[in-house]
Amino acid sequence: MLVELEGITKRFGSFTANDRIDLTLRSGEIVCLLGENGAGKTTLMNILYGLSRADEGVIKIDGKPVTFDSPKDAIKAGIGMVHQHFMLVPVFTVAENVVLGEEPVRGLDRLDLKSARQRVEAISRQFGLSINPDAVVEDLPVGVQQRVEIVKILYRNAEVLIFDEPTAVLTPQEVDEFFTIVRTMREQGKAILFITHKLREVLELADRIDVLRLGKLVGHADPKTADTRELAALMVGRPVELTAARSIAAPKQPALRLEDVSVREPKGELLLDRIGFEVRAGEIVGIAGVQGNGQTELIEVIAGLREVTSGRVLMAEKDVTSMSPRQRHKLGLAHVPEDRQRFGIVPPFMITENMVLDCYYEPQFSWGPMLRWDHANIAACERAEDFDVRTSSVFAPARTLSGGNQQKVVLARGMSRPISVFLAAQPTRGVDVGSIEYIHKRIVEARDHGVAVLIISTELDEILALSDRILVMYDGRITAEFEGSSAEGAVDIAAVGVAMGGGAPAA
Amino acid sequence: MSGLSSHRLLAPFRDRQASLKATLGLTAASVVLAFVAGALIMLATGIGPARIGLAYLSMLTGAFGSLYAISETLTAATPLILAGLGVAIAFRCGLFNIGAEGQLLMGGIAAVFVGFAVKGLPLAIHLPLALLAGAVAGGLWAGIAGALKAKTGAHEVITTIMLNFIALRLVDFLLTNPPIQKAGRNDPISQDVLASATLPSILDWIEPHYRLNAGIFLAVLVTGLIYWLLFHTKIGFEFRTVGASPDAARTAGIEIGRSMFLSMAVAGALAGLAGANQVLGVLGRASPGFSAGIGFDAIAVALLGRGHPVGVLLAGLLFGALEAGGRHMQSQAGIALDIVTILQALVLVFVAAPALTRAITGRLVPGRAARSKATP
Repeated sequence: MLVELEGITKRFGSFTANDRIDLTLRSGEIVCLLGENGAGKTTLMNILYGLSRADEGVIKIDGKPVTFDSPKDAIKAGIGMVHQHFMLVPVFTVAENVVLGEEPVRGLDRLDLKSARQRVEAISRQFGLSINPDAVVEDLPVGVQQRVEIVKILYRNAEVLIFDEPTAVLTPQEVDEFFTIVRTMREQGKAILFITHKLREVLELADRIDVLRLGKLVGHADPKTADTRELAALMVGRPVELTAARSIAAPKQPALRLEDVSVREPKGELLLDRIGFEVRAGEIVGIAGVQGNGQTELIEVIAGLREVTSGRVLMAEKDVTSMSPRQRHKLGLAHVPEDRQRFGIVPPFMITENMVLDCYYEPQFSWGPMLRWDHANIAACERAEDFDVRTSSVFAPARTLSGGNQQKVVLARGMSRPISVFLAAQPTRGVDVGSIEYIHKRIVEARDHGVAVLIISTELDEILALSDRILVMYDGRITAEFEGSSAEGAVDIAAVGVAMGGGAPAA
Repeated sequence: MSGLSSHRLLAPFRDRQASLKATLGLTAASVVLAFVAGALIMLATGIGPARIGLAYLSMLTGAFGSLYAISETLTAATPLILAGLGVAIAFRCGLFNIGAEGQLLMGGIAAVFVGFAVKGLPLAIHLPLALLAGAVAGGLWAGIAGALKAKTGAHEVITTIMLNFIALRLVDFLLTNPPIQKAGRNDPISQDVLASATLPSILDWIEPHYRLNAGIFLAVLVTGLIYWLLFHTKIGFEFRTVGASPDAARTAGIEIGRSMFLSMAVAGALAGLAGANQVLGVLGRASPGFSAGIGFDAIAVALLGRGHPVGVLLAGLLFGALEAGGRHMQSQAGIALDIVTILQALVLVFVAAPALTRAITGRLVPGRAARSKATP
């Protein structure tokens, strides 16, 4: 099968999201589409998957032009997509999830689960997925859930599979397994389109690389000869420093300390299990771990958004366990939340309003009961400029900004005042490479100014790039500690990976 | 950094103006479409085109055609604006205040009581006191729902509806018992409000039957006050943040329970003021059902006004005009006042279904559809 996109153009008002893009996919080939956030990758995929229509250009399958009015048409034509967020019913079994929407029936309207299970098993065998059709989806690890999504597509006889940031939720081991599966599918003659911003994965997996920038296809790269630096430059449009330049840390007094912190759900589930560690002024501590091992709860406990069941949280030797978020904020805590869209910014609010979201009450911005918007606007201008927020006006709603720029607003808000503890969860999730470089630089700068930095991230690369010390979190506990990479030596990535998967750290 | 007032990022954001224009256009189109649909309904019930024309014409003259008409429009609009602001401010804090009717009743009955029971005060003190009583009573009544929401998470839609029932029966009870009930009466009716607590008529020097009272000034003043509260104070910023994203508000250190309680209390105070306006300015006493559904119309007014104080003011005027014009239409064209309720409902349907409204106007006005599609 041969899929050709020719001259695809999509405009939103005066903004051109896709500008005359040509793309070819062939059976038995893995094509990687690289691009920053906002480069137009998702728009292009939505067009190919029938979720939106191009203003100009054609899609051809085996030379014949086709039009897709909905994903249904795309699926019929043999195109399937695994979304970044899985679309599974947690309480259904694998087989039930797979057939959902296209259930085999016997007689009048009797669900034929038996034949469904057989198909799932057959597909699983054919592509080496090792999936039990009777397992309930919510009991499965994320990596296996992703395979269920793949089976769903293969069940619908897809010849072309689109993956949108598929490795974002996986452990390093799961990523390896996933790559094996993708290669098997290639061998079986499927065409794979892989969307990602992780440069190393692209080089490892791709047969061909297409790079998208500002809605235009700016170049191709050969994975055999290209390196990450070259790809990053192509993606951003200028040379990029991929690892934050980091001098050796000079840790001073403890600024944040957790003592035996446990959090138990009302139902009895232990979410945090006697967590204890400290972060000193002038060091960056990274907490690595696969999503859902208690990181969210840990962040909430430190930020004051969740009560502890037992244990103490201290800032500069002061017990803050029962303090409100605002009181901790006043003591010098800055918090970059995990889910920026939901917790970090108010999307319909102007940039100015978002910039003062947690400090509007300070004398600088208020007078009695009133707010001084004139001061806030000027401060917002300065902060936006200082943190390189790309916008035309501070009166623009935050939702009009790209993910990276929204994150810069959150960071600017946290860092534009004297702080002692900087708590950043997933500081660069969904952020383009150019902005990652910048954000990392600012985080290291804060450390050098004596701020205690705690990074919690599921992106191991990020933890490795920034941390002076690495803690691994598994099942609500801190299970391992590693020295960060430095001039003396690199971190044993494999050991960290094993610890993230729950294995005992090789001493 | 010098010359900060001319910072490049202080440039106005153009899409904002465009979206304001689109909102106004959509609302205007909704009103026009409602009238077209209303005409079709009248046609379907066997009313001839000439009478429909007469109906709309008399509605227009009844709303704006004379000083008397304008007086009636503004009289009807005043409580709608006040209570509409009450619904709007709760809405801004993410709360759906269905209880304006009950808050209005409680405010009205408290204002009546202060209006007749407190004697010997000059107007300058007595009237503000009676108004304040209305606001406080309404605020406390709504505060119950706000506190329940903040402390226990009880859904405000349920609690305000229930408080409406309680208020309705409580007021009936008070009206048939001393000290509220008028001496020598067996039917539920309150004592008359003293002259010193009456909102003065402002046009009766032209014609004695011009009913417009000083309450309209109150409504405009309060509109300005609520605008200031929402957009220029810390409390208003907290309200809006909680309404737009409770999660972000909590993360930023805003106490969302406090904001919810306060916004409900302010909302109730505004509805209470609307009730006070009715008893102190229009009716002169309280009788069963003096709220006359204003608290429910206020929900429509708040929605039509998009929760913005200025929008609520304009929507309140529109609904007031429809009501005043409707009464005139009924007497002139012999068409039941119910059509006004239908029109009000239709306006909201078209506002609530923007895609439908755009599709229809796009078909009627060629060239429009293309433009509206261009903006995602």
